[in-house]
Amino acid sequence: MDHNQQHETSHKPIKRNEMTRRQFLSYTLGGATAFMAGGAILPMLRFAVDPLLQKKAETAFVKAIEEKDVTKEPKSIDFKVHQVDGWYESDPKLQAFVAKDDSGKIFALSPVCKHLGCTISWSGEEAPNLYHCPCHGARYTKDGKNLKVAPKPLDEYQVKVENGWVYLGPLESNTRV
Amino acid sequence: MFKGMYNWIDERLDVTPMWRDIADHEVPEHVNPAHHFSAFVYCFGGLTFFITVIQILSGMFLTMYYVPDIINAYYSVDYLQHQVAFGVIVRGMHHWGASLVIVMMFLHTLRVFFTGSYKAPREMNWVVGMLIFFVMLGLGFTGYLLPWDNKAYFATKVGMEIAGSVPWIGGYIKELLAGGTIVGAQTLTRFFAIHVFFLPGVLLTLLAAHFFMIRKQGISGPL
Repeated sequence: MDHNQQHETSHKPIKRNEMTRRQFLSYTLGGATAFMAGGAILPMLRFAVDPLLQKKAETAFVKAIEEKDVTKEPKSIDFKVHQVDGWYESDPKLQAFVAKDDSGKIFALSPVCKHLGCTISWSGEEAPNLYHCPCHGARYTKDGKNLKVAPKPLDEYQVKVENGWVYLGPLESNTRV
Repeated sequence: MFKGMYNWIDERLDVTPMWRDIADHEVPEHVNPAHHFSAFVYCFGGLTFFITVIQILSGMFLTMYYVPDIINAYYSVDYLQHQVAFGVIVRGMHHWGASLVIVMMFLHTLRVFFTGSYKAPREMNWVVGMLIFFVMLGLGFTGYLLPWDNKAYFATKVGMEIAGSVPWIGGYIKELLAGGTIVGAQTLTRFFAIHVFFLPGVLLTLLAAHFFMIRKQGISGPL
């Protein structure tokens, strides 16, 4: 028990609930300081978090390959998408593995490994008729099902077929496995 | 809650004497506007520092979007000004603050001059203050080029010509500043480096010396 408390309990003074002058002044000073600091800092914080709050651009469907060139064997194709990155606009190339399944439906897989984001390739000596990743040895089936190392199946591009051409759209989680 | 946290730290590190030593001083009557309103002239130094803090903060945030490159600099400034939320405000703070800091510093210098505060034993603080003045002008000069628009380009060209007019060594100063024989890509990166690393480093060191001396010697007496 410190000195002040002892004093109060022994004398039982009239309880006063109103604010002391010191309290009032420190609240006023603190409030004014907080208002001024907030006025300067808040716009900067909103400025900094802007990328999180910007509207994300919709990915358009892009003409990628002729329907008749798609086989049951996955084929690597490149296609260009338009990308707006702040003040920089470009048309980077994206890659997809396009194939037909047994029922003849066309599907396209993303070549980005679901383990840690390296680029996979199809088949070869090391992993015949499988997708394999050079970084940590992940393996996937033709449908993109993860066999080892990777925790999830390969992502899939949305596919549209029109007038004999295959169009690729935004990425979504694998719908085949 | 804050009191509890403060006490917990204070019990372990005994920080109270430290901030008391820095912050807890009575304001002498002759510099307190509550006693003599004309004493507001003693606020200009503090206001200069306040605006300097705003300049440092807003500048830090601006570098999140700005690139010091002749192809992208203008577009990045255009983007942060018109596309990013509060970009007008943050860049506006840096733009107007840059002028205001010079004004405040000038008023502070006038106050020190007319109250004779530069006299012994405070001559060194006057000299440090003058160095701060030149560093601020340097910050203004290097910052002016960064948006890489016409005004920036030609203002810097003029500045280069002035630097080049120094007898004998002018040509060397000019080339060193420009990082070559033209105002171009290398000038922009050079000015950016000077603006955000070199001069702020020097400025903070000088400010520390300025504040240390005023703390040690105290505010000069009444007229």
